[in-house]
Amino acid sequence: MKGAEIIVESLKAENVECMFGYPGGVVIPIFHALHNAPFKFILTRHEQGAVHAADGYARASGRVGVAIATSGPGATNCVTGIATAHLDSVPLVVFTGQVRREQIGNDAFQEVDITGVTRPITKHNYLVQDIADLARIIKEAFFIASTGRPGPVLIDVPVDISNGEYKFSYPEKVSIKGYKPVYEGHPNQIKKACELIENARRPVIYAGGGVVISGATKELREFVKKTQIPATTTLLGLGVYPETDPLSLEMLGMHGTYYANHAVNESDLLIAIGARFDDRVTGKIAEFIPSARVIHIDIDPASVSKNVPVDIPIVGDCRLVLAEMNKIIKAPSIDEWRATIDTMKREHPLTYDSNNGDRIMPQFVVEEIYRETKGDAIICTEEGQNQMWAAQFYKYTEPRTFISSGGLGTMGYGFPAAIGAQLARPDKRVIDIAGDGSIQMNIQELIVAVQHRLPIIIAILNNGFLGMVRQWQQLFYEKRYSHTCLECAPDFVKLAEAYGAAGFRIEKSEDVAPTIRKALDITDRPIVLDFRVSREENVYPMVPPGQSFKQIMMPEPLA
Amino acid sequence: MTALNEDTMKQYVISVKVENRFGVLARVAGLFSARGYNIDSLTVSATENEDVSIMTIVVRGDDRVIEQVKKQLNKLIDVIKVTDHSGLQTIEREFILVRVNAAPNKRSEIYQLGEIFRADIADISTKSITLGVKGDPETVNNFVELLKPYGIKELMRTGRVSLVKE
Repeated sequence: MKGAEIIVESLKAENVECMFGYPGGVVIPIFHALHNAPFKFILTRHEQGAVHAADGYARASGRVGVAIATSGPGATNCVTGIATAHLDSVPLVVFTGQVRREQIGNDAFQEVDITGVTRPITKHNYLVQDIADLARIIKEAFFIASTGRPGPVLIDVPVDISNGEYKFSYPEKVSIKGYKPVYEGHPNQIKKACELIENARRPVIYAGGGVVISGATKELREFVKKTQIPATTTLLGLGVYPETDPLSLEMLGMHGTYYANHAVNESDLLIAIGARFDDRVTGKIAEFIPSARVIHIDIDPASVSKNVPVDIPIVGDCRLVLAEMNKIIKAPSIDEWRATIDTMKREHPLTYDSNNGDRIMPQFVVEEIYRETKGDAIICTEEGQNQMWAAQFYKYTEPRTFISSGGLGTMGYGFPAAIGAQLARPDKRVIDIAGDGSIQMNIQELIVAVQHRLPIIIAILNNGFLGMVRQWQQLFYEKRYSHTCLECAPDFVKLAEAYGAAGFRIEKSEDVAPTIRKALDITDRPIVLDFRVSREENVYPMVPPGQSFKQIMMPEPLA
Repeated sequence: MTALNEDTMKQYVISVKVENRFGVLARVAGLFSARGYNIDSLTVSATENEDVSIMTIVVRGDDRVIEQVKKQLNKLIDVIKVTDHSGLQTIEREFILVRVNAAPNKRSEIYQLGEIFRADIADISTKSITLGVKGDPETVNNFVELLKPYGIKELMRTGRVSLVKE
């Protein structure tokens, strides 16, 4: 069997349903074999789009995303997508073509040392040097990508390997001496943690993307039900605890709610579950949680005590650890604490100036999307203000319904990710909440959504600015809007029509909901909604970068 | 990465058992540079098992940094085992080649010094002597100190290898 066919057979053995990619010289043999593959292949229009789409597919489905690109520029175009997946622990297997083995190192046409380039941004990578290793490497790649703390794995395949001949035999088991993730939490640590929780007076749960990845939503909800401890989530944890529940503090961090940030910082016990104390969460580390002890449940030992010292680390899978805790945990007496938090929630709600004349407020658009979809959509975002408003003003109640580049903060991520998410979840409406800047970074993928009749709604919060950078310029750089004004912009409605998508421009608040409804009625092609929103609206609350929650900035009327 | 505090910086010897595979040195070295850890020395040694190599890394940092170094090394798929040799009973050796100025009237002094350290005379020229010495790092340091007055022209240390005592 040819090496290329071994790749396709291996993907079949992994039950791959959908693959994303773009052809090129040295991967022609693999594409030749893919022609007869029983799974779906989505030709994106840029390799970055292929990797983001595979990423969105993985996040929406919980399965491994698979992408392929050619050597050289094809491979380097994957880099942003791979780094995005790496920082957010998304399981991907990315194949790249490579020049013939004998040419490697000779600066051959379209040669790039892509295993060298991606070494720091992959969980692991391989350059296939012997066709006898090919099937084993693919088996290992899927295993490594999807187990432990997941992440992207790249396999670089020289073209003479794809064209080579070898017998196909897919290994049943994987044995890697240096890779044995720990899933079960240590019973003593679990016991100690439960004791600490039962005696806490001001505990807070801080749940992150690890809860989504490990499928621990049910266990987390049971844990909250049993303990009645308020829960906040990170950006990537949105949906693991229903934001409509009274015990939800919604999101914490730089643009988190006032009450989440205050509760965390006034807590005497922080229970971190599948979260990694990112700087966007902690702010100034020296002033973060001054009087709290910390329990940290995480599958990655390297995340424990990396940024914040931890009192009780529990290395293991969130779901298994929470299930064990749920067996023995007793509720702490924290009525007073909950009352304090309820007061904070009443006094400092998430809000914006809704009385803003004719102008459409971007937050209002997000709220209307929430209302019109009844909170049942999958929301993808780009990066910046659109991402934060989407996180704040849509209420997430289920995991895998908010898909966003949290760690890397990649502009141009949301739309290709939405394509992947829509293919993974054809039963759901998928909406990309975008900015007028970031949507232009991967707008070429619009034709892919048209080709596959994917009814993705792209809701552009069009303020004619690179809004988040403009906000920082306004607040911290003397209002000098250096190169952040996008007044010279395409006509997004015509652009949509040119691609064969539907397009609507919305200029009045009263048209927001009816147009969203109109878009939701379209089910056979993507829809671009160009919302002309208030231009210099800022995202609040805001903990200024590198400062503590005490410096939190609130919207004008409440400041 | 927080700024390193000179007061709490210590030297650690970390022994890393790795799969003897293409690219593994780059992975380990890349991890140190990407995360801003300082390496004093790094040796790669073949072992009794041809599929396995051992890297002995001497690294400087405070306890927290070293803890992270070890965890990050453990995360690498090709790393089989990480052992911190600091605080353990170990046998350490390194080898040094040093070329010192040796005018004819200084030669015998240098020979004598070399004998004390069981150096081998690797090379002699009209102006210099090149000596090779193996020993634990302290012995090697002492040897270098004693040679300094003669004028060291060139010096190369292999970096240390370290085995835990049985």
